[in-house]
Amino acid sequence: MTRNTKPDFYALSWRLPIIIWQALFFLGPIVFMIAMSFFLVKNYRMTEAFEFVNWGRMMTRGYFWDSYWHTIWIASLSTLCGMLIAFPVAYTLAFRASENTRRMAIFLLIIPFFTSYLVRTFSWFVILSESGVLNAMLGWVGLGPYTMLNTTFGTLVGYMTLTLPLVVILQTLAMANIDRSLVEAAHNLGCKPLQTIWRVILPLAKTGMIVAAVFCFILSFGDFVAPFYLGGSQDPTLPILIIDTTKSGQQWPRAAVVAIMMMLTLFAVAFAGIALAYRKRAMS
Amino acid sequence: MRSAVLWIYTALVFAFVFAPILFSVVFSFNSQRFPTIPLGEFSTEWYAKILADPDIWQAALNSLIVSSCTAVLATFLGFCTAYSDYRYRFRLKGAYLALILLPPTIPLIIMALAMLAWLSKIGMSGQLYSIIIAHTVLTAPFAMAVIRLRLNQMDENLEAAAWNLGGSEWATMRHVIVPFCRPAIIAALCLTAAVSFDEFAISWFVSGLNKTLPVAILEIVQGNIDPQVNAIGTFVFLISMSLIILAQIFLVGRQLKGHT
Repeated sequence: MTRNTKPDFYALSWRLPIIIWQALFFLGPIVFMIAMSFFLVKNYRMTEAFEFVNWGRMMTRGYFWDSYWHTIWIASLSTLCGMLIAFPVAYTLAFRASENTRRMAIFLLIIPFFTSYLVRTFSWFVILSESGVLNAMLGWVGLGPYTMLNTTFGTLVGYMTLTLPLVVILQTLAMANIDRSLVEAAHNLGCKPLQTIWRVILPLAKTGMIVAAVFCFILSFGDFVAPFYLGGSQDPTLPILIIDTTKSGQQWPRAAVVAIMMMLTLFAVAFAGIALAYRKRAMS
Repeated sequence: MRSAVLWIYTALVFAFVFAPILFSVVFSFNSQRFPTIPLGEFSTEWYAKILADPDIWQAALNSLIVSSCTAVLATFLGFCTAYSDYRYRFRLKGAYLALILLPPTIPLIIMALAMLAWLSKIGMSGQLYSIIIAHTVLTAPFAMAVIRLRLNQMDENLEAAAWNLGGSEWATMRHVIVPFCRPAIIAALCLTAAVSFDEFAISWFVSGLNKTLPVAILEIVQGNIDPQVNAIGTFVFLISMSLIILAQIFLVGRQLKGHT
């Protein structure tokens, strides 16, 4: 039925709507943002031009690079934490849970995507605060109070709230597809559990694991809510820099420079991930 | 034994994921301004406060308009794309699919800036429909995915059979394909509406003075600790969850029927 004929009116009327729509409202914005990074701002008004002023300005500013490396660092930290925290859960769901339990667990993990991330962050703000729920609980056992807000820990709690459900789902799916007999064979041949994970399961689930890590990085890298509300934004991340630059002073072209640098970084990370996923194993 | 440890750990991680949702519902009925434990008295004060606030009503109305319009547009575009992908092979199909599937992988804050700049340029920013446009770009891929999965379940010969029986392509679409996809279409409507109902970054940038509920939350949160947020959040949560459960019922319910 899939035919390779010249598209007729019927075919085009199904194919064209999305092309037109995305050209106007997806490609248009992205291309315009790239163009805008070369525009000039005079007297708080943007004028169309082709100058490298904004690029020169941002690329030579210490605060941009501080923010850049800080964002990369904290998003990497978040990816590492997310992958490590999620792994035992995904392992349990993939190898110890029944088909039904796994499906139910995944359904539960989809729920957070549809609850307001802002409200969840606000909830953490209240839970983690100096006199909040967590410190009250720690107080019962004679600990604390600890300062958890406006710290890297706070930011990470926010990032985990955002990314953990997705990372667990992706890791579980990656491992659920592994042929059980391979894992059993490893056990029968005397492979210890940790060894089995390292030598059998992880290599087999590699692609899915890398996808999970890349998504964790993308989400953390682009999020402004966690570092702003839970991390205190003393060290602004790039998304916070975009907001500050856009909302105050109408410096949209400079914000565009930051956004483009973010996109380039994410492309690099995604491509590195793909390269890693499809690299032939040197020793096998 | 080791299994027990793994399950306890899994339960703890799930507790971490659901703690903020649970606490925000609990706090919304709690009389304290700075909620902690032991909890204060049961109170509906925060609900009374938001119900008496005309700004919140306006934001809720805006959210409703935005999410329902987004759902219809995104599902329509998603259906067209899913059907094109299902039935036709053509040149540059990879690029075609990338065009619809890419937006959700771009950080929202970048989409927000790009949308704001472009819509201002073409004189379409600061309106409710600006949010609808941006949300449609963002959610159409989800609609496309749901409908595409449903089309996979369709017998390949069904369409051809209808043509052999004398139905035109348009009639076949109307009487065979759309009815077959109906559960997925309804599920896609619910999903896209739910995503749109919760989105705040793009809405915040392009909406101008037309706040949606999440933008209203953002503005309250920026001020100080105000448990109203929990009340609004609980309300938004209920709506989103109803939509997701509806979507699930239409997808799974139909599948079960198909098996018996």
